Amino acid sequence: MKKRKLAGIFLSLSLSAGVMAGCGAASTGGSGGKETIKVGANLELSGGVASYGQSIAEGLQLGLDEINKKGIKGKKIKLVKVDNKSEAAEATNGAVKLVSQDKVAAVIGAATSTNTLAQVQIAQSNKVPLVTPTGTNPDITNKDGKVNDYVFRTCFIDPFQGTVAANFATDKLKTSKAAVFIDSASDYSKGLASAFKSAYKKNGGSIVAEEAYVAKDTDFRATLTRLKAAKPDFIFLPGYYEEVGLIIKQAREIGITAPFMGGDGWDSPKLVEIAGPEALNNTYITNHYSSGDPDKKIQDFVNAFKKKYKGKSPDAFSALGYDTAYYLADAIKRSGDASPEKIAKALAKTKDLSLVSGKLTLDKKHDPIKSASILEYKDGKQEFNTKINP
Amino acid sequence: MELIQQLVNGISLGSIYALIALGYTMVYGIVKLINFAHGDVFMVGAFVGFYSITVLHIPFVLSLILAMAVCAIFGVLIERIAYKPLRNATRIAALITAIGVSLLIEYGFIYVRGAQPEAYPGDVLPEHAIHIFGAKINSQSLLILGVSVALMIILQFIVHKTKIGKAMRAVSFDAEAAQLMGINVDRTISATFAIGSALAGAAGVIFGVYYIKIEPLMGVIPGLKAFVAAVLGGIGILPGAMVGGLLLGVIESLVSAFGYSLWRDGAAFVVLILILIFLPSGLFGKYKREKV
Repeated sequence: MKKRKLAGIFLSLSLSAGVMAGCGAASTGGSGGKETIKVGANLELSGGVASYGQSIAEGLQLGLDEINKKGIKGKKIKLVKVDNKSEAAEATNGAVKLVSQDKVAAVIGAATSTNTLAQVQIAQSNKVPLVTPTGTNPDITNKDGKVNDYVFRTCFIDPFQGTVAANFATDKLKTSKAAVFIDSASDYSKGLASAFKSAYKKNGGSIVAEEAYVAKDTDFRATLTRLKAAKPDFIFLPGYYEEVGLIIKQAREIGITAPFMGGDGWDSPKLVEIAGPEALNNTYITNHYSSGDPDKKIQDFVNAFKKKYKGKSPDAFSALGYDTAYYLADAIKRSGDASPEKIAKALAKTKDLSLVSGKLTLDKKHDPIKSASILEYKDGKQEFNTKINP
Repeated sequence: MELIQQLVNGISLGSIYALIALGYTMVYGIVKLINFAHGDVFMVGAFVGFYSITVLHIPFVLSLILAMAVCAIFGVLIERIAYKPLRNATRIAALITAIGVSLLIEYGFIYVRGAQPEAYPGDVLPEHAIHIFGAKINSQSLLILGVSVALMIILQFIVHKTKIGKAMRAVSFDAEAAQLMGINVDRTISATFAIGSALAGAAGVIFGVYYIKIEPLMGVIPGLKAFVAAVLGGIGILPGAMVGGLLLGVIESLVSAFGYSLWRDGAAFVVLILILIFLPSGLFGKYKREKV
């Protein structure tokens, strides 16, 4: 009896929360006349991948500062930040708070695919656009052939990244026996690996070993010893920098000399600290941009960023955070009254928008068509290797 | 050859478990308390070591001693504040308090400094690769094993040859009778916590040097594994903790070696369950009836 009562209370509470959330979304539509447009940022400001969230936040802030100098039709954008602590459950809570309490016009975030996927349903049911700067999993924008009409991204998607890595491994590095080592708890890692495997096989290579780890592991020597016995000449390691750093360090210790390659998840200064510069030699990543690219737009951004953040060099997350600010501002400008629905429609129609990470055109699945850069680690520094167009 | 390498991997992993398990088992032996906060003392040790190496620029050995000293004080404080008032309460109350203390340390630490990880500098200790029977052994893993064994021997000496050790054994046997014989039970328990926590602190620094990455929740899994190791060897028995730790490390490595790396943590807890069913007093424990 008591249980049923509790369940009743819980149900009614959650129902009323739903109603309130609905009201929230509706009232934002009418807030077009105010001086500021509130935009939420739901980012990994602490926790396991805090480095991503902080980099995005810095880039985003720089972009918004520049945009607010002129304003959008006289209005300024105000950023409301929420820390999702690098956890999916916190990301969901954060999205609910931004949408129903702060009544933002759009939400930016999260950095990782898993934490973005956790917010998709909230964006969809409240009809508030969600733009992830760096969530690369395909399911974010469209799942099972159905496009999420309120969800967008500024970066390219995993299948593209995995395919680029596979082509680079067979054409440039001339390898034919690859091993795949994935984080079994990460949608990002699994997505990249499956695209890599099919492209690598199509190019005539073979996958000689497949192993998995779980995020937060610290000892990978046993699995790496097993990988070593399979004698791969290339190892694809799509993961996040904390584990990747440890894996590469331990792999070099037990004598694995084969090149490692990963995606944008490696891109953090912590990776170099954890693995050590020497162990990182002969490793490559696919990334959204390179600060070493001579393009003028990129160099202008790099200089502005260095000026604002005391000489710090922006990584790809900062660049995409910066680009997301412009992507959203451009859509707000074209939207008319800056209501969430109109912004979403404008975001979907973005075409040939010139950004730091390349020209952005959205396809029908809400995925940008952009180029990828391949970077090589040399003594702990990223060097621009090649740029690959889709 | 691959198997030898896997054994080496397992032993270096197991040495860390053993080092944490020693403190666990000691505290249990004396106060019959499963100190869940032990893994978090290990974390605090790792961070004290990190800051003394990177901020204070102290050499490794001194950092290790400093971390041990800080953890010893920290352990005594935890005991005095959280466990002592519950000395005569039920064991379940003390256990729940221990879990609470553990969470308090973890999230208190995150509140103070944030949850982002830190990386130990790579040049704290020299690294050499030693080749034996085709297996590659890192000099640092030998160091960990050496430190674990040395600390275990020192502990055995303290427990069996010194006055405080005698007091510990007496308190562990019967605290009330020990008190009647003029032993200061409070001081003995504090000493136990100090020694156990100092060991956890040492394990933390060594973990940091070996695995590089440290973060505020790093104590959770090693803490649980050390608990399994302590139970495996027979909780309350020092050599048992050592053997239990090494055995657990080897089991985990072998599970990965056969291609079930995702089952590694699961295997550790299967071992715990099997031991509890078939050998409830552990590999080294003698079966004895609980007094009612």
